[in-house]
Amino acid sequence: MINKIVNSISEAITSIQSGASVMVGGFGTAGIPNELIEGFIQILNDKDIRNLTIINNNAGNGDAGLAALLKTERVQKIICSYPRSTDSYVFDSLYKAGKIELELVPQGNLSERIRAAGAGIGAFFTPTGYGTELAKHSDGTSKETREINGRMYVLEYPIHADFALIKAYKGDRWGNLTYRKSARNFGPSMAMAAKCTVASVYEILELGDLDPESIVTPGIFVNKIILVPETSHKVP
Amino acid sequence: MNYKTRTKDAIAALIAKDIPAGAYVNLGIGMPVMVANHIPAESEVCLHSENGILGMGPTPKKGEEDYDLINAGKQPVTLLAGGSYFHHTDSFAMMRAGHLDICVLGAFQVSTHGDLANWHTGLPEDIPAVGGAMDLAIGAKQTWVMMDLLTKSGQSKIVAQCTYPLTGLGCVKRVYTDHATFECSKDGISVIDTVEGLSIAELEGITGISLKSKN
Repeated sequence: MINKIVNSISEAITSIQSGASVMVGGFGTAGIPNELIEGFIQILNDKDIRNLTIINNNAGNGDAGLAALLKTERVQKIICSYPRSTDSYVFDSLYKAGKIELELVPQGNLSERIRAAGAGIGAFFTPTGYGTELAKHSDGTSKETREINGRMYVLEYPIHADFALIKAYKGDRWGNLTYRKSARNFGPSMAMAAKCTVASVYEILELGDLDPESIVTPGIFVNKIILVPETSHKVP
Repeated sequence: MNYKTRTKDAIAALIAKDIPAGAYVNLGIGMPVMVANHIPAESEVCLHSENGILGMGPTPKKGEEDYDLINAGKQPVTLLAGGSYFHHTDSFAMMRAGHLDICVLGAFQVSTHGDLANWHTGLPEDIPAVGGAMDLAIGAKQTWVMMDLLTKSGQSKIVAQCTYPLTGLGCVKRVYTDHATFECSKDGISVIDTVEGLSIAELEGITGISLKSKN
């Protein structure tokens, strides 16, 4: 019998080492797995885990969720496309103090690099970023480029992760998932790319009750699912 | 000066008039969002939002906001009948591979041969952030820029060479500004129209760029 349902994130993540890489879903207010992040911070504190690499589109807002995770100072590096926002003060001060490394990636390259990891692709050529500062490695050397059919492309490598924390909507014990509206964002790609994907859901259905035509992430990409109380989507 | 520059709203209306019915369009964060107010519903222009929405509708009524349904600027929006949701990687496939007909972006600078700079000031004290700007700039069938022609200190934002960090090379097709509308190509820049009373010679004086009329 396959049963991926667990009661808490500490049951889902029983082994984690310093230096682990962690994908966190979400874009803006939509799809951020706040409940999972809270539990994850507890694990980091309990086991004194340090030097994490976090992969998310942004770098946290306000004090909760991803910002709270950064505030632990257990994150060495963040890979994201848009760290800056009006209330990204936690990241801003860490960055300015030199306490966190930033790898800035154009959003579509970020998403495709995550997908590539989940799809078994070794590397891919993308036109995005060609001729810009973001077609350089962190040491300032240029990334490999190639002309293909008269157009210039940059070689980009996959982003793998040890863990992915994502927010879905409904699920079943096989780990099949649906999402809600634009909260889907990075969830399906991150679920594929991590060695251990943990998804939060607001409802767990019996096998067969999720319409197979509507399942967005098939359970093969999901390791654990956790039921969390539904929060209002009427507020940010 | 015996001419009046266009308001932002007037620039938005001009752009909206040039978008064909049924086009798939992405409107960048900031000024370009205003274009949506001028697109008639019956034209069925289909708006794309890079976080995973096609058929994006207007801002919801007060009290009806749903924070699982937001645009790229993280503001609540609505979905029109016929609209759809999809994940980020599919969304950027739409952008990168030319499935979108038009994207409209803001800019710090556009070069005469269509290079775009709109993501980073390059100042060491500014934290860089790029989002989907680079994918949009090079991916849509046509990239249009909506901006004021001059900076607050009166410098032309149309330049021979961008001095700000680039977003994309040779990707801008048209530039809609408060003074005039331009077309960029490999062969340089031409003027599609100017506001009433502004001559091309005067425009050359303002921009410091040698210009020719497209017509």
